[in-house]
Amino acid sequence: MNTKAILELKDISMYFPGIKALDSVDFSIRPGEVHALIGENGAGKSTLVKIITGVYKQTAGQVLLNGEETNFKSALDAQSAGITAIHQEASMFPELSVTENIFMGHHVKKGASGKGPVDWKTMRQRTRELLDDIELDISPDALVKSLGVAQRHMVEIAKALSIDAQIVIMDEPTSALTLREVEDLYKIIRRLRDEGKAIIFISHKFEEIFDICDTYTVFRDGQLIGDGNVSDATISSIINMMVGRSLDLLYPKGESTIGDVVLEVENLNRTGYFKNISFNLHKGEILGFFGLIGAGRTEVMRVLFGIDKASSGEVRLNGKPVSFTKPKKAMKAGIAYIPEDRHEQGTILDMSIADNITLPNVDELSHFGILDEKAERSLAEDFAKKIEIKSAGLNMKTSTLSGGNQQKVVLAKWLSTGPEILILDEPTKGIDVGTKARVHKIVSDMAAEGKAIILVSSELPEVLGMSDRIVVMHEGFVTSVFEREEADPDKVMLAAIAQPGDESA
Amino acid sequence: MSDNLVRQDRLIDEFSFKKRISRLFSSWEFILFLTLVGIFILFSFISPYFMDYFNLMNASLSFAEKSILALSMIFVILSGDIDISVASILALSSFAMGNASVKGAGSGTLVIIGLATGLAAGIVNGFLVTKIKIPSIAVTLATLSIFRGISQAILRDNAYTHYPLKFAYFGQGYIGNSVIPFEFVFFLVLAVLMGFILHKTTYGRKLYAIGNSASASRFSGINVDRIRFINFAVNGLFAGIAAVLLTSRIGSTRPNIATGWELEAITLVVLGGVAITGGKGNIFGVVIASLLVGYLKFGMALVNLSAKVMVITTGALLITAVLVPMLLEIAKAKQKLRSQRSELKLERKAS
Amino acid sequence: MKTNLNMKKRLESRESVLIGLILLFMAVMTITMPRFIHPSNLANILKDSSILIIVSLGQFLVILTGGIDLSVGSNIAFSGMAASLINQNNPELSPWIILVIGMAIGLGLGMINGSLVAFGKVPAIIATLGTMSVFRGFTFVISKGQWVTAHEMTDPFMNLPHGNFLGVPNLIWFAIFVVAAFFYFMRYTRSGREIYSIGGNKSAAVLVGVSEKKVQFLIFSISGLVSGMAGVLWAARYAAAVNEMATGFELQTVAACVLGGVSVAGGSGSVAGVLLGALFMGLLNNSMTMIRNMAFFQMLLQGLIVISAMTFNVVMERRQDKMLLNRRLA
Repeated sequence: MNTKAILELKDISMYFPGIKALDSVDFSIRPGEVHALIGENGAGKSTLVKIITGVYKQTAGQVLLNGEETNFKSALDAQSAGITAIHQEASMFPELSVTENIFMGHHVKKGASGKGPVDWKTMRQRTRELLDDIELDISPDALVKSLGVAQRHMVEIAKALSIDAQIVIMDEPTSALTLREVEDLYKIIRRLRDEGKAIIFISHKFEEIFDICDTYTVFRDGQLIGDGNVSDATISSIINMMVGRSLDLLYPKGESTIGDVVLEVENLNRTGYFKNISFNLHKGEILGFFGLIGAGRTEVMRVLFGIDKASSGEVRLNGKPVSFTKPKKAMKAGIAYIPEDRHEQGTILDMSIADNITLPNVDELSHFGILDEKAERSLAEDFAKKIEIKSAGLNMKTSTLSGGNQQKVVLAKWLSTGPEILILDEPTKGIDVGTKARVHKIVSDMAAEGKAIILVSSELPEVLGMSDRIVVMHEGFVTSVFEREEADPDKVMLAAIAQPGDESA
Repeated sequence: MSDNLVRQDRLIDEFSFKKRISRLFSSWEFILFLTLVGIFILFSFISPYFMDYFNLMNASLSFAEKSILALSMIFVILSGDIDISVASILALSSFAMGNASVKGAGSGTLVIIGLATGLAAGIVNGFLVTKIKIPSIAVTLATLSIFRGISQAILRDNAYTHYPLKFAYFGQGYIGNSVIPFEFVFFLVLAVLMGFILHKTTYGRKLYAIGNSASASRFSGINVDRIRFINFAVNGLFAGIAAVLLTSRIGSTRPNIATGWELEAITLVVLGGVAITGGKGNIFGVVIASLLVGYLKFGMALVNLSAKVMVITTGALLITAVLVPMLLEIAKAKQKLRSQRSELKLERKAS
Repeated sequence: MKTNLNMKKRLESRESVLIGLILLFMAVMTITMPRFIHPSNLANILKDSSILIIVSLGQFLVILTGGIDLSVGSNIAFSGMAASLINQNNPELSPWIILVIGMAIGLGLGMINGSLVAFGKVPAIIATLGTMSVFRGFTFVISKGQWVTAHEMTDPFMNLPHGNFLGVPNLIWFAIFVVAAFFYFMRYTRSGREIYSIGGNKSAAVLVGVSEKKVQFLIFSISGLVSGMAGVLWAARYAAAVNEMATGFELQTVAACVLGGVSVAGGSGSVAGVLLGALFMGLLNNSMTMIRNMAFFQMLLQGLIVISAMTFNVVMERRQDKMLLNRRLA
């Protein structure tokens, strides 16, 4: 293990407007090493991966490949330099065959000069070999849209292997795989390692890290917290590094009295997204929803807010069965939903701050469909003040604000509707610590006023710090529900990574 | 720290009177207005018949119908859709009126039939776009052929030329004893009405929201598909209105009536500063663009430029009106990227 | 394994359904009108379809990326008119050279569209709606509003489509050649495959190094090239270059594509599908000229066919999606 590093990152920083995604971090990996990259969502792992794969250009610092400084201008540059990545979100061509998905961008051609026609026979043969390698029993000619999620992931893996890469990055490669497929993947990883390749392995599942990884690096809030050999670490030492910060400051969970049940969800289903979801929500309660990306939490919330339709099941509001076919109906019933994607769903960036805040209220503020600009203005001003939005004026476009202030606009927008039930989906993703604390305070205050709150978050400390109860989901199912007292990081994380089948037992 | 500085800059930006004035003078509408004035000056030098009150008023007849099509097209384009079937709806509507007229319908009935046909055609478009969920360009390309095809299948080589006397007023009448055509006044009235809806009602506000981000609008409780549906229906209705005016003015209906007018209507909207990608633009720009194109063509006709030159002009105007802002935006984005890079470098040095 | 086979069958069925439709249609026509099946008429149908096949394949590439080319009809008119004028003024010039010039002109017009869309970021619909009228307008300008009639064209020029080779009309040879070229291009070249990738998943395509600009410029150029070729053949075939020629032809090409299973959302479709779609449209056009007064129904029918085919495509896609969802979390 004393060979020289194949890839070395020195003093890397990456700034986005209003946020330091990475702050002077170092990272290195040697050939024949499987290196775990560990951290919560937003800790800086994916930013680091994007710098390595040429998607982002670092603000400062050096990337050395085989001791030489690189300057990737695109993902393609990194690829030709022998770096390949298996992305978390499959970037595939659903209408095309498995073979083509694997070879798009580097089709094999006939003829010695490589100028002949595309050589389907060879590509199909190589695909066959790659698929055999990972023991995936599908035809190279199968269209990707006909494959299941796990199969697609395996194809992504095959795609990465089709490039003769020196460095393979795997971003949560097992999140959609069954146990048997995970075993196959381990075999592949071990083989690659023995061939002298360097593997960067990103995972939330600790047992995987201990099963397969040699070394690890932990990130938190864009900073390097610790690294070393996996054999020297324990689960609890790693969790400590991931989470270790003073919880009370950032999570000012106040006292609130839990009242009657307002919302009952019973055996809710949406085909292909989640199954048999049941839970209750009380007045004054903050109900946390934890799970990995793709666990189905957002999909449940979308149904509750009337964006999507449930396939079956019942939702009762104050004891009465309801079925919201449109968001407007959910809003009238007193539900507000702060969506996951601030830019695509939460705000309209090219509209003014004031217009964004009043958008869900325009109907209520109008007379016979005619806008009441005065009333709108005063409502916007009230809530901008209450939420402390820092801006040069409410007529400014929302796009001119920092991420944190944009999120405050979204909060103001929905608090102004006077909701009884507030659903927040990843409300503090990608915002600075100050705004984060402010958001938590507002949520906590609302609960103290007796409002019912659902907090969906992939940040374990946030869920642990803020929730009265925690619902944990895994691949479309609820695996556990924890009371505040009994919830600890280990238990909750274990529930979130449970293999399918466990919950039915 | 620099963040604060930037904010202060913006503060000055927002409230300085000077900046506001300069913004007004560099606005798209103002440029259009200047061009309009330029056209008037140019043609009054070239042709002695141009600057004649009676001529100018009468010339409005040649563009009022197209401009009315543009008024409702604004709504469609603002929400990010497009309708290239309007001219065919107009033809179908005119056909329906002609057919009813032959069977002895009176003026009032004809108007109702014309409007109802247009509305119905618009509803068909709206249904296909929002319920079947086929992209609007594909839907209206097909209905463009269907609507005109109906009139062609039945009317063939023939024409309807008999309309009640009273029916002629809409397209040929003048307000009282003045020389102001009814059509022109009607266009202005509709412009005010549509401008009011666009800028002063919840409907208008939602329209802008949808054009900027349909998904964020949906998450804000706006019924996106219903508004898009209404846009297509109203666009059909306005094509019906234009059909009444045009049919009344020329007193005949042939299957090829108003061919190519969809291009003219879309050009007016885009030239008026409405972003083809949706969400941006206002009614004033489109009204000025209507006058601009209308009087440009009137002037060109006075100096005997052929109809084909005008078609080229329209097409070129359409492309330029989209291309120029796009190129400006690309240049601006590049500039911004450059300044961001150097800003980051400075920040890095400072820390 | 099984499901994959099913999927394949389902997709192949698009072509077999079209073949079935074509045969059924021919059977009905033969029963009602025996002269339909006469070899000379069948040859006519193929000849009539040839130009449509050529231009539809260009349109296919554009639709495959989610765009549309409304200017093909005007491109045909301009290239056809230009070629005819060249022939009229230089009767000694070889028709093959005129064909090359016509194709070059078409290519040039296509490159204008391509530049507007790829580099000017003008949406395809706006760019080609604009050039549709600009190209048509310039057709009038170069012709000064006049026609070029059969008397003014040379025999070799008119022989370009009408001549025979191995007993098969040249026009059909042209179509065969273009179909073969497109088949090879779409199946065996990287550029062809890249067109599929841009239409299927733009961001994924960019991630593996496909240039969106290059692909957009390429498809409009190709669409222009085949339109230019079609323009020359059109003028020579009908022995007249008229300013209004090929008006509304863009709809027929779109019809051939959607009938052939090309999704208007982009990403899926095949050369074989477009070929069959164009043949079906040609068959329909031919039979309408055989029935009295049916020509007047042509526009209406075309529109109805396009909207039905699109609705059919959308419904099929939705059923497929639902099936796939049902298998998840099962």
